[in-house]
Amino acid sequence: MTDVTAAAGAHGYFQAQARWRWLEIVFWLATLLPFVLTPSYLVLASQIAITALFALALDLILGYAGLISLGHAAFFGFGAYTAGLISKWGWGEPLSGLLLAGIAAALLGYATSFIIVRVSHLALIMITLGLCLLLHEAANRAGWLTGGDDGLQGVTMWRLFGRFEWDLYGYTAYAYSLAVLFVLFLLARRIIHSPFGLTLRGIRENAGRMQAVGAPTRRRLRVIYTISAAVAGVAGGVLAQTTQFVALETLSFQRSAEVLVILVLGGAGRLYGAIIGAVIFLIARDQFSGINPQFWYFWIGLLLVVVVTLLPNGILGGLAQLLAQQRRKKSS
Amino acid sequence: MNAVPASGPALRARGLSKNFGSLAVARNINLELPQGARYALIGPNGAGKTTLINLLTGTLQPAAGQIFIYDQEITALKPDARVKRGLVRTFQINTLFPNLTPLEAVALVICERRGDAPVWWRPLPHYRAAIDQAFDLLSKLMLDNVCHVPTRELAYGQQRLLEIALALATEPRVLLLDEPAAGVPREESGKLFNAISALPSDITVLFIEHDMDIVFRFATRIIVMVAGAILLEGSPEEVANNPQVREVYLGGKQHG
Amino acid sequence: MLAHFLGVLIDGPAYGMLLFLLSVGLSVTLGMMNFVNLAHGSFAMLGGYVSVSLAQGANWPFFATLPAAFVASALVSVLFERVLYRRLYRATDLDQCLLTIGIVFMSVAAAAYFFGTMQQPANVPLGLRGYVTFLGIDIGRYRLFLIVIALIITVGLVAGLEYTRFGAKVRAAVDNQRMARGLGINVDGLFGITFALGSGLAGLGGALAIDMVGLDPNFALKFLVFFLIVVAVGGLGSIGGTLAAAMLLGISDTASKYYVPELGAFVLYAVMVGLLMWRPQGLFGKRQ
Repeated sequence: MTDVTAAAGAHGYFQAQARWRWLEIVFWLATLLPFVLTPSYLVLASQIAITALFALALDLILGYAGLISLGHAAFFGFGAYTAGLISKWGWGEPLSGLLLAGIAAALLGYATSFIIVRVSHLALIMITLGLCLLLHEAANRAGWLTGGDDGLQGVTMWRLFGRFEWDLYGYTAYAYSLAVLFVLFLLARRIIHSPFGLTLRGIRENAGRMQAVGAPTRRRLRVIYTISAAVAGVAGGVLAQTTQFVALETLSFQRSAEVLVILVLGGAGRLYGAIIGAVIFLIARDQFSGINPQFWYFWIGLLLVVVVTLLPNGILGGLAQLLAQQRRKKSS
Repeated sequence: MNAVPASGPALRARGLSKNFGSLAVARNINLELPQGARYALIGPNGAGKTTLINLLTGTLQPAAGQIFIYDQEITALKPDARVKRGLVRTFQINTLFPNLTPLEAVALVICERRGDAPVWWRPLPHYRAAIDQAFDLLSKLMLDNVCHVPTRELAYGQQRLLEIALALATEPRVLLLDEPAAGVPREESGKLFNAISALPSDITVLFIEHDMDIVFRFATRIIVMVAGAILLEGSPEEVANNPQVREVYLGGKQHG
Repeated sequence: MLAHFLGVLIDGPAYGMLLFLLSVGLSVTLGMMNFVNLAHGSFAMLGGYVSVSLAQGANWPFFATLPAAFVASALVSVLFERVLYRRLYRATDLDQCLLTIGIVFMSVAAAAYFFGTMQQPANVPLGLRGYVTFLGIDIGRYRLFLIVIALIITVGLVAGLEYTRFGAKVRAAVDNQRMARGLGINVDGLFGITFALGSGLAGLGGALAIDMVGLDPNFALKFLVFFLIVVAVGGLGSIGGTLAAAMLLGISDTASKYYVPELGAFVLYAVMVGLLMWRPQGLFGKRQ
């Protein structure tokens, strides 16, 4: 291989990574299917889109930057309550309300990022968990503001773009959720394939070496943490707006643990893992909801144990490994 | 890097001291490296060589003393700021990015150096110059044929070369190599030797080594450290013939 | 007001000592192997259910169920350690969290399946019910019993750590694992034994806890947070730190329940977050 073609191979490598694959295009087209194929499940489809967005937010810090958080629902719930309250207090325009929810969550994320990036290991786990518990407890006690255990009621949204009514079947809701998911997915994709995205992976792989080559690791982590908080907040906001209700459990540890399970199930660090995980998890839960809820907990627990011991990179990671093995067999 | 013409010794340390409790790991260390130097730092295990590197790079804070790079004081600077001033180190134990390919790793460092790292809105393929530089650097170190292999799958010798590549990608002025040949088998050390001798002559290099072949091959001057202090500094012949050095290394008896 | 104060004075330390018993194992094993075992609460819960089963199903006296709870939890923990935990000693924090969360979920479901979701009744023997009057203050007999037994165990633990060879090895391994291995200490085997002891203590704590805080399938999750707070605040691997943090937590939680019930656990979480921000290694932990 001559020098020119070898160097071109280097460029080609990065180009290939950033390029849209046909499978991706097929996937996104398929997300339109529920409108025609399963219109009675549009509400579920909305939930999936919202959860996928939340998991995507977590992937940005967990999968790409390597920050573990047991309390990401703090931003999800904070965004949800912000969007809900803005509407309840009279401003029911969806998009601007959503923007404000994202900004509010971003501010919270920015403020907490200063301490988050300074700790690791158990302290990191406990602080992320503690902040979530704190917010949950505060929301629980401030019933005059949040409705406490009963949740926030009285959220009424104006028509989307002044034209689309929020119908009971969920057409508008799903279109809205899907559009928001897609736009923020594009943003996440952009970040991942940029130099900034590469530095995040470097920090995840070896933060010490990043410092030793001159990277201000804490500053970088603060940025991605803030972005992640904003995206999670937007996801919560969409939930509040499409269901016109905010439950206290949006701030719960259960919510944080669930999104973590979903991300790991699908495969962290792969962007699509968040979405695939959400699809599988929520559809499965919907199908099994008739059965005793204890069974559900048991099987999820077992699944976690299995995934961690046998499939550490989640479903997408396992598939990728399988493909790589097939390729190796073919070439040998 | 800096446009200001460099003056003074490339690296100077004055009175560096450090204690861990009652254990003195660095005692009043004075050190001066002129530009383009190839100095070796040797000494028995526990002499404090890596500690000295850590003090120089800012990983450890000294109890006393100052550090200058081209007469600019850097004692108060954080490690990443010192890298920006041109002071870079490698690690004795491979400190790499296991799941990144050598190309990604080196490109990462180059983007960091060029200030492109905070950019999140433009895709990597846009940065053609950085990618070209990364590939060139890897070629110089004979890693171009494995530049797409994840680091954790590389042979140990190749990882050791990548260890140096990452440091070189920062375009350092002063390079501290911590046992670059550590653990590299004889058959693969040739490439390593080439890499070290191919280092640009305007870079100042201080390397810790136990392998005396490398020391006597590449070093123009040797610093000997024992128990946290500098025992002596001199040319290779001076050091080889010094009775104190012999005693420290061989326990007083001379073998051949 | 005075009644509140006296209530806090007795209930607080009792709760604190209980939390100590429940958390000390987690602190030592986290400090020794850096293994994040979120299923610690499950082992405690197991001890509780073993005690209940033996007392109700086989009519064992209360005091006999306590060592049984200890042994059961210890044995089960050995099983888990051999089969699962051992494979993840060098895994990431995340993987350890996920594995152990999975075990918690399974244990919660299993407990609900076998025992139902109701609170289990405590089987406190007649001798420990009611009050003892001391200087005009009514002190719950069971609370007193808890404090005494926890103190005995604490003294035993501290003495064991300080004066036995086993204890010395444990301290060395917690302080510097690599060096301990270098000195020829079999850290992996040591961890197995320590883990069993810690889980056994948790099981014992679970059995003792029934009368104080109740037992239902959610015990493992609900109290996990408290154990983690105690361990994080106290500092990994430090028995003194765990004791201090457990007492701090127990007393302040009891006090806030008496004096400012409308704030709930908010104060607790705020104190923890604040403390970790100031000292991430906990009160008595080593700096990472």
